[in-house]
Amino acid sequence: MVIECKHVWEHISGYLDGTLDPAVRELVQKHLEHCEICSAILDSTRNILILTADERVFELPLGYSERLHARLEAEMRGIAPPIDSEDG
Amino acid sequence: MIETPASRDEAQMIASILAGNSQAFHELIRPYERSVYVMALSLLKNEADAEDAAQEAFLKAYRNLAGFRAEAKFSTWLISIVLNEARSRLRRKSAVKMESLDEPLDEQGHVSPALLRDWREIPSEAVERGEVRVMLQQAISDLPPIYREIFLLRDVEELSIDESATALGISVSAVKVRLHRARMMLQKKLAPQLKQVNPKRRWFPWL
Repeated sequence: MVIECKHVWEHISGYLDGTLDPAVRELVQKHLEHCEICSAILDSTRNILILTADERVFELPLGYSERLHARLEAEMRGIAPPIDSEDG
Repeated sequence: MIETPASRDEAQMIASILAGNSQAFHELIRPYERSVYVMALSLLKNEADAEDAAQEAFLKAYRNLAGFRAEAKFSTWLISIVLNEARSRLRRKSAVKMESLDEPLDEQGHVSPALLRDWREIPSEAVERGEVRVMLQQAISDLPPIYREIFLLRDVEELSIDESATALGISVSAVKVRLHRARMMLQKKLAPQLKQVNPKRRWFPWL
């Protein structure tokens, strides 16, 4: 059985996550071996996922952690300790 | 990244906090500061609001710690708190025109990727360049909210499919469908843009 490009596109994400059914995976794999367009789509998607996962894309504001812990410190004093009252 | 460091016994830390050692809360949350902020930013799109929502989410987690039950990971529980916090802030701003938090009308539709004949790997070093960073941020920010959330949880903060489903309160199959669309939308938008990145300003000096 042969599948068309547009059906392969529906499986790109599952292929990257390794969640495809083995029979489907096999079909997609076979298609990718000879289709340069689908291979380029797969490669570009994988590449984009690596780039967007880079910690430098979303940087924390300077001093974020310090401000967070200072606020926690200040407010936790005013909050009764979160005693586990249900079953201990 | 949201992996629980191997040496941490979070159940024990939580028990200690609940027994009155509130200072241990600072240590408990340290590995998740970044994820909580990024998820707040993903919905609020404003650094100051995101920071405030993140602080508020951590405080809520502290106040409600006794209600945390270990069926979910602590990190997943925190993420669901910050998403709720960010969503309720968006609702409060109802006077301001806002994006729908519901599924877009084309939820049933297919997303076609950008067609390319070949792909030349863009190395991670490219992220050093401001223009590339802005391109990536903009593309993620332009995703409809339900796709932005799942993409960030799974592909940026690296939660598993099951953890993402728990954090968002949706089914595993909905996670897979939304994630697929999110990734295809990003490929469609970013692949042509990244191909155009000015090659004269090289990011790999050895070429």
